[in-house]
Amino acid sequence: MEVIDLAWWKLGLAALLVLALAATGHLSRLGITRSLLIAAIRTVIQLALIGLVLEALFASSAFYWIALLATIMLLVAGREVVARQSRRLRGWWAFGIGTGAMFVSSFTVTVLALMVVIGPEPWYAPQYAIPLLGMMLGNTMTGVSLALDRLNESVWRQRAVIENRLMLGQTWQKALEDIRREAMRSGMMPSINAMAAAGIVSLPGMMTGQILAGSPPAVAVKYQILVMLIITAGTGFGALMAVSWGGRRLSDERERLRLDRLTKS
Amino acid sequence: MTDLLLENASVGALSDVSLAVPGGQVVCLSGPSGSGKSRLLRAVADLEPHGGAISLNGADQLDMPAHQWRSRVIMVPADSQWWFDDVGAHFPYKAGENVPEALGFPSEVMAWSVSRLSSGERQRLALWRALALQPQALLLDEPTANLDGEATRAIETWLLEEIRRRQLATLWVAHDPAQIQRVANAHYRIHGARLEPVHGSD
Repeated sequence: MEVIDLAWWKLGLAALLVLALAATGHLSRLGITRSLLIAAIRTVIQLALIGLVLEALFASSAFYWIALLATIMLLVAGREVVARQSRRLRGWWAFGIGTGAMFVSSFTVTVLALMVVIGPEPWYAPQYAIPLLGMMLGNTMTGVSLALDRLNESVWRQRAVIENRLMLGQTWQKALEDIRREAMRSGMMPSINAMAAAGIVSLPGMMTGQILAGSPPAVAVKYQILVMLIITAGTGFGALMAVSWGGRRLSDERERLRLDRLTKS
Repeated sequence: MTDLLLENASVGALSDVSLAVPGGQVVCLSGPSGSGKSRLLRAVADLEPHGGAISLNGADQLDMPAHQWRSRVIMVPADSQWWFDDVGAHFPYKAGENVPEALGFPSEVMAWSVSRLSSGERQRLALWRALALQPQALLLDEPTANLDGEATRAIETWLLEEIRRRQLATLWVAHDPAQIQRVANAHYRIHGARLEPVHGSD
């Protein structure tokens, strides 16, 4: 099967649809025209640029360029995790814990999948490494930010309960156990739901893309299963680390509740 | 002999707080609201960063893990918290079998749902919850604030009995002079940054 390349002017046809929607919105005063157009322009520019970057990267295949792109992706994801928490740790802790957890989990799992499961030559071949890492990071980011947001918010709301439990001689771990469990659940829910609905309610984007690009469905399905499993593992371990480190930072060496280390954005 | 000792403790606006609470005795703290009574109790429970040295029976607070200190020196806050659905889940194993009569609960109270408890009932059960953990010292923050006159007297009597029998060193924050008169072996009042002994109350 040959892949049908899309001519740029054909994308213009799709853009016309968005323009028509914008015009309709403007005429009926729905107030979404501006943000719709800006977002549409952003997506075109951002994706065109990353297309250029990936073309260049695939051509050179140098390890340090791939490492550089991976680092940039990680840092942007770390910033996003911070932005998605309504209450967060002061200073660099919010960024450090989120980024650290994502780094350890998604990089480890991605490298493992590349070296052991897929096995391209070399193992960091960009057409495998970059998309895989991108999907891992995107999902781990969601899981880590949901878990940390829930952790901080619950600790803030339930401060009286936590302190009362501490007053009765419970350890910090024990006093926080319900909250930690809730935060973990919150971080894992999207991956668990996605796995449960996959193939029945939704056709996952990666598999759809691969089939559109001409790959036999049987191969696409195997890749999709691989990706969903490692995404879940990566998200889970990422959320686990984030909740554990975040929970520890909310207390001190005397097992006190340290709400002064939280700040509202 | 149990002895709760504060040496030059400081927390918030309070500084140079030194006092000794012998086992089986009650030391009352009073002062205007916002003067730092509760914060002082929290510092003794090591729930807030503080200065000075605090010890129990000669064992320094900082020489043991914080949760171990807090299981010996238990604080009962003015507004007790309940996080499980059932009352019984908050109590150590078997503590539910012998709820003291003085608290005025039927024996099946442990099966009750927390949501049906009144604020006064929560307060009384919170005191029993603390005592059931076998502490060596008690920090009570207005333990009878939600109780009416009659219940207050009954709880006072029961608490004093337990404190004497178990030889508990007790710091008791109170604002009612009559109550202080009834329960205190010694009484300190907060004046600005200082804790001053009040004489004439036994």
